[in-house]
Amino acid sequence: MDFICNFPFFSILLSLFSGTVCSVLSAKAARIVNRVVILAVGLMSAALLFYLLSTGESFIYWMGHFPAPWGNEIRAGVLEAGMALFFCIIMYLSMAGGAHKLPSEVVESKHNLYYILVNLLLSSLLALVYTNDMFTAYVFVEINTISACGLIMIRQVGRTIEAAVRYMIMSLLGSGLLLFGLCIMYDLTGHLLMSNIKESVELIVANGEYQVPLIVSVALMCTGLCIKSALFPFHAWLPDAYGYSTVSSAAILSSLVSKGYIFLLIKIIYRVIGFSVFNSTRMIDVLFVFGLMGMIFGSLSAIKENDIRRMIAFSSVAQIGYIYMGFGMGTQAGMVASIFHILSHAATKSLLFIAAIGLTDVSGGSRKFVDLTGAAYRNKWAGAAFTVGSLSMVGIPLFSGFISKLLFAQAAVQVEGKMLASLIVLGISTVLNAVYFMKTVIRIYTSEPEAPYEGITFRNMRAYAVTLVCFILLNIILGVSSQPVVDMIGQGLAMFA
Amino acid sequence: MGPNLLANYGEAVSAILFCIGFTNLLLQTNLIKKIIGLNIMDSAIYLFLAEKGYIAGRAAPIVADGITSTESYINPIPSGLVLTGIVVSVSVTALMLSLTIRLYTRYHTLDLDEISTQLKREGR
Amino acid sequence: MSKKKNAEAYQKTFAFRFFRWLSGEKDPYTGTLEMHPQKEYQPDREAALRHEKEHDAIMDKVYDTEHNRWLHLFHRLYQTTSVLFCLFLIALLLVTVSYLPANGTVTRPVNNEVSARYIEKGLEETGAVNIVAGMILDYRAFDTLGESHVLFVATITVLILLRLNKTEKDEAEVSDRRFEPKNDAILQVVATFLVPVIIIFGIYIILNGHLGPGGGFSGGAVIGAGLVLYLNAFGFQKTERFFTEKTYKWVCFFSLSFYCLAKSYSFYTGANHLHSVIPKGTPGAILSSGLILPLNIAVGLVVACTIYAFYAMFRKGGF
Repeated sequence: MDFICNFPFFSILLSLFSGTVCSVLSAKAARIVNRVVILAVGLMSAALLFYLLSTGESFIYWMGHFPAPWGNEIRAGVLEAGMALFFCIIMYLSMAGGAHKLPSEVVESKHNLYYILVNLLLSSLLALVYTNDMFTAYVFVEINTISACGLIMIRQVGRTIEAAVRYMIMSLLGSGLLLFGLCIMYDLTGHLLMSNIKESVELIVANGEYQVPLIVSVALMCTGLCIKSALFPFHAWLPDAYGYSTVSSAAILSSLVSKGYIFLLIKIIYRVIGFSVFNSTRMIDVLFVFGLMGMIFGSLSAIKENDIRRMIAFSSVAQIGYIYMGFGMGTQAGMVASIFHILSHAATKSLLFIAAIGLTDVSGGSRKFVDLTGAAYRNKWAGAAFTVGSLSMVGIPLFSGFISKLLFAQAAVQVEGKMLASLIVLGISTVLNAVYFMKTVIRIYTSEPEAPYEGITFRNMRAYAVTLVCFILLNIILGVSSQPVVDMIGQGLAMFA
Repeated sequence: MGPNLLANYGEAVSAILFCIGFTNLLLQTNLIKKIIGLNIMDSAIYLFLAEKGYIAGRAAPIVADGITSTESYINPIPSGLVLTGIVVSVSVTALMLSLTIRLYTRYHTLDLDEISTQLKREGR
Repeated sequence: MSKKKNAEAYQKTFAFRFFRWLSGEKDPYTGTLEMHPQKEYQPDREAALRHEKEHDAIMDKVYDTEHNRWLHLFHRLYQTTSVLFCLFLIALLLVTVSYLPANGTVTRPVNNEVSARYIEKGLEETGAVNIVAGMILDYRAFDTLGESHVLFVATITVLILLRLNKTEKDEAEVSDRRFEPKNDAILQVVATFLVPVIIIFGIYIILNGHLGPGGGFSGGAVIGAGLVLYLNAFGFQKTERFFTEKTYKWVCFFSLSFYCLAKSYSFYTGANHLHSVIPKGTPGAILSSGLILPLNIAVGLVVACTIYAFYAMFRKGGF
């Protein structure tokens, strides 16, 4: 085995260990450790991705001295390595973009706790991406949940604590269902490792035995992960959590945390249940319907909103609806579109949150649209970045959002029964997106000569502006050279089987 | 209805408890009652797992007198899973309780709807 | 032969003091027990009224059932649907359970080659007599590593929520003295006897985790309970002498780092098919089963400190 195969294990353990180390460091040292760890993990994931692309085969890594059905395992393929790399990029940029706001949002003595949470969140995301074991996945889902809750309520105002409670309640319902589904699955198969469960599930389906518990178990696990990733009717906690937590937290939560659960669901669909078995259950229709409803209702709530950050948060509900719509189509193309949308949404949504804070800062800290008039002239970089994010969300060519909409439309055309519904809703949702994002863009570019607020120049926000430029570049790269990314996703999905 | 409902009475009880806990966690407005619901739900899952490991007439999986044949011990895996699960539920309960303490010291109530109304009135 | 004591010597004996206490002549705790005279209840009328009014206003807004028929209806509907939902869920899961393989039988899919190897080879491969301990700390150690970090991250969130800064801490000190009993003699005497026993029992459970029922988590919880009892009996001033936030920080740091590094070594050697230098020892001896005993000790330390930290945070917001 090549030495590079150790990299997934190194990245998980490094980020876990750095969480422990940060607990005895000062805030400044913890911040440096945090940055270095994210960079190191990102570099390792990139190296791993190139290695896997060159060999073209996924590999299994033993966590201990024991082989498949007895010990824990992690597994790395193109999709996993790519996701890990992408998560690191987004996390690094989000942390960098929100760093200048942190002192005003969090008490000084709690800064190192903040970095502990971020490190542990990173490790749990990596573990969810790489794991090949259902129970390990459950344990790291819990770490993910608790540290995400910590990220929400570290800025201690009433709203965030209430949002944290609501988030915890929803998440705990989700993990309860996930664990119960897992236990039923364990009872039917006698295994906890994904590949072994899949073999047994194929036997069960072939024998026709235990059909009812199998379907219920699949349904419970799916519902649990849907609840945790804030699919439409379970999104009550989301606007307050994203709208009032610290900037970096909002960017990380919206772009990474829910995506970790969705990626786990993809893994479960492909590596535990099997794509064809999953498609034969009614579950995909349920996901499809709720995805469509989320696309419409999320956008409608966003239009009604008068607060820029809550508006962006509601837009997340709609975007998660897109992803589940792709699952619901039940085809390979739909899945590819969903995974691409995970990437494009993560890149765009964190950009929007980071840009929004630049705009509100030059408007006296107010998030109301009235006060934001002309904000793009006062902070040119944030204005440009927000415009790029909005155009991407609406689906203008050149930006990543366009490609994901295109992929969704292409996938929808191939599905007989669901074509009309998905195309119509895709159209409506695009129009609704355009309504509220363009409204905001026009508002921030409406010049207001008597604005009582002062503008900010590049010199005073170098790090912030550089972060925004990186985000914009990332978005354009995803939008312009999408073909290699789509090919990679296809290759990764092929490795899953 | 399948054939094994009576044989699986332990699992049946745990399923009922799970649903009671789930509904409590979802629909109670009082935070402490929600936390109680959470604990009922988790304990139900551990009961379920414990039932999974049980084999009639066999001993706990601690090697006695050097006998290591599968004939003498129950399945050790569910016990291990329960152990892990308990620690997770302790952590989550502590977190929920401390959130509740924070909300109570600030708003003097445990009712989540009431807290939301107060928040809206504060308008922040 | 009986010897007659003179009156002075008799007054020093236990029997004399006991009978004096029994007949109620003297209370041995006078002067040693801190007693708060009950203050006359003096209600702050205005504040109470104001608070009540505010509360009423909010309640009216939330539960304005008399004037709002829709709200009334909604509450009714809410209650009925929640009961119906619960019943539906129960029915669904009962049907599922009825299709599951029968309980208690050997032929279930759960009893497959996985559990067979744990039982048959567990002693030989991990060196642990307790098969469950061998399983969670050796075969499936990655889960357990994650699990101890769940506990760690939960403490971090509790610290974020409840840890107070210096000035708030002094206020908390005052209110803690007002609400919690101080120097309760009965509690102190009982605690003097019980705390050592409890802590030794906890240590026993931890050290025997690989030989019998027990392990780091259960033993740590027992030790934590002992510490909480000690704190309740003697107050924060006594515990501060050996347990402060610094102690907590460093104990947790060292234990978790040791855990992480030790397990990393074992994962690394396992995955790269290298030989691990950690000796297994003779099964059954206290110093056996490779890493399981040190890991149990590390986990036990973390859990004991965490339980104590939870209690201290909930009670006062500091150590």
